[in-house]
Amino acid sequence: MEILIQTLVAGVLLGGVYALVSVGLNLLFGVVRVINFAHGEFVMIGMYIAFWLWAGLGLDPYVSLLIVAPAMFLLGVIFQRGIIQPIQGTSANMKIFVTVGISIILQNLALFLWGGQHRTVSTSYSTSVFNLGGVTISVGRLIAFIGALVLVAALFYIMNRTMTGTVLRAIAEDGPTAVLVGIPVKKFYFVATGISVMLAGVAGVMLTPFTSASPMFGFHMTLIAFIVVVIGGMGSMVGSLVGGVLLGAIETLAGTYISPALQQAVLFAIFIIVVLVRPQGLFGKGAGTEEVGLK
Amino acid sequence: MLKVEGLAAFYGESQALENVSFELPDNGVTALLGANAAGKTTTLRVVSGVLPARRGTVTFNGVNITKATPEERVRLGIVHVPEGRRLFGTLSVEENLLLGGYSKRKDGNSKERLDRIYSMLPKLAERRTQLAGTLSGGEQQMCAVGRGLMSEPTVLMIDEMSLGLAPVIVSQMFSFVKEIAARGVSVLLVEQQVQHALQAADRATIIDRGVTTHSGTSEEIRNDPKVREAYLGV
Ligand SMILES: Nc1ncnc2c1ncn2[C@@H]1O[C@H](COP(=O)(O)OP(=O)(O)O)[C@@H](O)[C@H]1O
Ligand SMILES: [Mg+2]
Repeated sequence: MEILIQTLVAGVLLGGVYALVSVGLNLLFGVVRVINFAHGEFVMIGMYIAFWLWAGLGLDPYVSLLIVAPAMFLLGVIFQRGIIQPIQGTSANMKIFVTVGISIILQNLALFLWGGQHRTVSTSYSTSVFNLGGVTISVGRLIAFIGALVLVAALFYIMNRTMTGTVLRAIAEDGPTAVLVGIPVKKFYFVATGISVMLAGVAGVMLTPFTSASPMFGFHMTLIAFIVVVIGGMGSMVGSLVGGVLLGAIETLAGTYISPALQQAVLFAIFIIVVLVRPQGLFGKGAGTEEVGLK
Repeated sequence: MLKVEGLAAFYGESQALENVSFELPDNGVTALLGANAAGKTTTLRVVSGVLPARRGTVTFNGVNITKATPEERVRLGIVHVPEGRRLFGTLSVEENLLLGGYSKRKDGNSKERLDRIYSMLPKLAERRTQLAGTLSGGEQQMCAVGRGLMSEPTVLMIDEMSLGLAPVIVSQMFSFVKEIAARGVSVLLVEQQVQHALQAADRATIIDRGVTTHSGTSEEIRNDPKVREAYLGV
């Protein structure tokens, strides 16, 4: 019982970060209509920036957020202009080829620039834990979880309570009509991709106190986020939040009770079942499932 | 004020407009009439800038706007209320209206403009927090026209406003449109219901297979023997 609770807590904490990564992927897909298979690489880049700022300047990862967040937003804007914009009007296959290609290029680039070794940030709180009713909780993981939830909540607020959010939701629902009513839709693509990439980078930074950076780390994150978005429902932010937490818990439980070797197999088994039984996902309305070939 | 000359437009390889010309006066209601697939919607799409013109020009107050973006045209006051309403169904009525006023958001009086729309269309005020997708057909059309009015247009083009609406609602909408036109908006009504539209409009242009064939006052159009034969079934 104790192991179960301990595992569940660890899983939910991890799931918060998954949710943050996934809402970004989902935002980009909902508004810009591109599934970005390079999304995880932006998590990886965020981790490396935090690592180098720590290793080079001694900057605490949480402090480096002040640099990483705007830098990643800017990277998102460049990514939108250079890569996404040219493929927006193309087929689903084209979009997949191009973003998968970018993902591989970024992995290779990281390997080339920073080598294959795992880079670990060790802070005073990296290994600190506290005990809550018999359950051991890692401080770094708890901070990452809370930070992720705060950011997801902030995104929900922007999406539902501000004019920018209203515009983004309108574009997600019907882009051509948004153009017709006089909205500069192209500008808002920059906003959506900028936020998406920024959230990925920030998630990466918050992982660094307890996870080491490596060139392949992003690949894992993309898979997780993709599964979360499909399970939660394309275009559903709530779906991504619930799906992220769910997946974190399932992954951790599978690691403890089945085998760490089978963690990803379990996730994909669930993914396949969801795609077959409920292709629109738990909270989705079915929009977009066809575009990625799931229906 | 708005002048369209010799427009031609294509969807890929297939030509939808061949030679479309007409002029809108400063106010009043003008009807653009024609059979199904004649090119009415395409004409509006070219005027609002969402479909490029292959040939011809669109001039607004003496300025050539043929290459202007849709956003620029809305800011100039040219607004297109699309066929089938095309509301943002998952957004509230008020959000739809606010989006219609996007081009004017920097003027800072969006609250006043919203209130003006609500006073003109009180039904929308009752439904302000409701999702637009849950409105009745008539209310949706009101919301679509209201969304268009939020940017304070000088030219308001409404595509198939009466389609699918009950006759009572259609009459209400036509008189609402006449009211707007009387306040100094030039309204372009696209209709397949020729009789009804000619009653509401001051002027009319007929389009046939991508070519505008007749223009004149409603009276002239109604009495034109060729028009009578082709569109009025007499
Ligand atoms: N999106 C489109 N793609 C290809 N052809 C189209 C498209 N929309 C309209 N058309 C064609 O253009 C012509 C004019 O259509 P349209 O302007 O919609 O006519 P109307 O509004 O008068 O019924 C028709 O032949 C129609 O089939
Ligand atoms: Mg039409």
